[in-house]
Amino acid sequence: MDPHASRYAKQILFHGIGAEGQVRLGQASVLVAGCGALGTALVEGLVRAGVGRVRLVDRDFVDLSNLQRQVLFDEDDVARGLPKAVAAANKLGRINHEVTVEPLVTDIGPDNVLALFQGMDLVLDGLDNFETRFLLNDASLETGIPWIYAGCLGAHGQTMPVIPGQTACLRCLIESPPDPGTADTCDTAGIIQPILSAITALQLVNAFKLLVGRGDEIEPVLTLVDVWDNSHRKLRLGTAQERQSCPACGLGQRDWLKGERVARSSVLCGRNAVQISPAERLRLSLDDLATRLAPVGTVLQNAFLLRLEPTGTDYQITLFPDGRAIIKGTEDPVVARSVYARYVGA
Amino acid sequence: MQIQVNGEAIEVEPGRSIAKLLVQLQKQARYLAVERNGLLVPRSRHGEVALVEGDAIEIVTLVGGG
Repeated sequence: MDPHASRYAKQILFHGIGAEGQVRLGQASVLVAGCGALGTALVEGLVRAGVGRVRLVDRDFVDLSNLQRQVLFDEDDVARGLPKAVAAANKLGRINHEVTVEPLVTDIGPDNVLALFQGMDLVLDGLDNFETRFLLNDASLETGIPWIYAGCLGAHGQTMPVIPGQTACLRCLIESPPDPGTADTCDTAGIIQPILSAITALQLVNAFKLLVGRGDEIEPVLTLVDVWDNSHRKLRLGTAQERQSCPACGLGQRDWLKGERVARSSVLCGRNAVQISPAERLRLSLDDLATRLAPVGTVLQNAFLLRLEPTGTDYQITLFPDGRAIIKGTEDPVVARSVYARYVGA
Repeated sequence: MQIQVNGEAIEVEPGRSIAKLLVQLQKQARYLAVERNGLLVPRSRHGEVALVEGDAIEIVTLVGGG
């Protein structure tokens, strides 16, 4: 057997995939939005299965607190301060060199989300925040490209496929994400790895069905799983007629895509950190910044980012060339903006 | 009459709407989904759907981690 057929032999044997399904997987392109706990498990599944092309987008870098649940990362990635998309792509290339992996270290926003969707057959939610999920929902409805929502907290997780024109969308389910500070996060409630395995498994199965041309076998439900209680429930999502009143898929509103609902700072789940994004994407010289910041504290620099630990503070500021900063040591966006202004300049 | 909300029995007036149930429970409709006997009730119908004895209501909120 040739190496290609041998690699996928067990999957081709499975009745739901087969030889034709494997060919279709190899021709498919998938965007994985976010490369944390959900995203690493998703992208590993896609790459092992032989999906042709994977675009992997993440704004963050690998931290020691990620290793408890984020597969693909290791202590060496932490020591090197690698961006998650880059660290993941390094591993994925060793798992399956046949797959084209396109790692992108950037924040997903209204200005770039449509470009990220371009050429993709499917988008998988590997995110850690509500805002970007509602943005994905808008972009999916706008482009007609399906996406699969997922979220996890504690031992609980949820997932729901969104196929524009066929199923309910995220706003059919929930009109508005909770206000900041009103919902639990991974910091307040914690999270355990098994729920991520359970939820990403369900996402991947729906992804396979869609990519091999068996989308009609996808159940249009919100699935709710709690691995601690061993509970599993499905919520049926109503009729097309009922969806006519949905602001997004019924009435055509694109509040996140228009930027009307997108803030410029966001709390990073589980990290005791806030990301600050300037109004425009910048092109900073990390070398110049390193020189300028050297007297301020300890500076670590690599090709992708610069990290500053200002002397006498508990903050750690990680700066990216596009002007974004991750301020570690606070969950208050106001404090973070102040720190940003002090060391980076506003 | 008695209904179940997220697995707990509560007393409500017969014929009470889902909208009024949410007010009684001090919940804001725009941040949650309401499931009645396994089926999503769209927000546009919260005011007109009348609860009956034994209804199983689940109030679902999104989780944002991952």
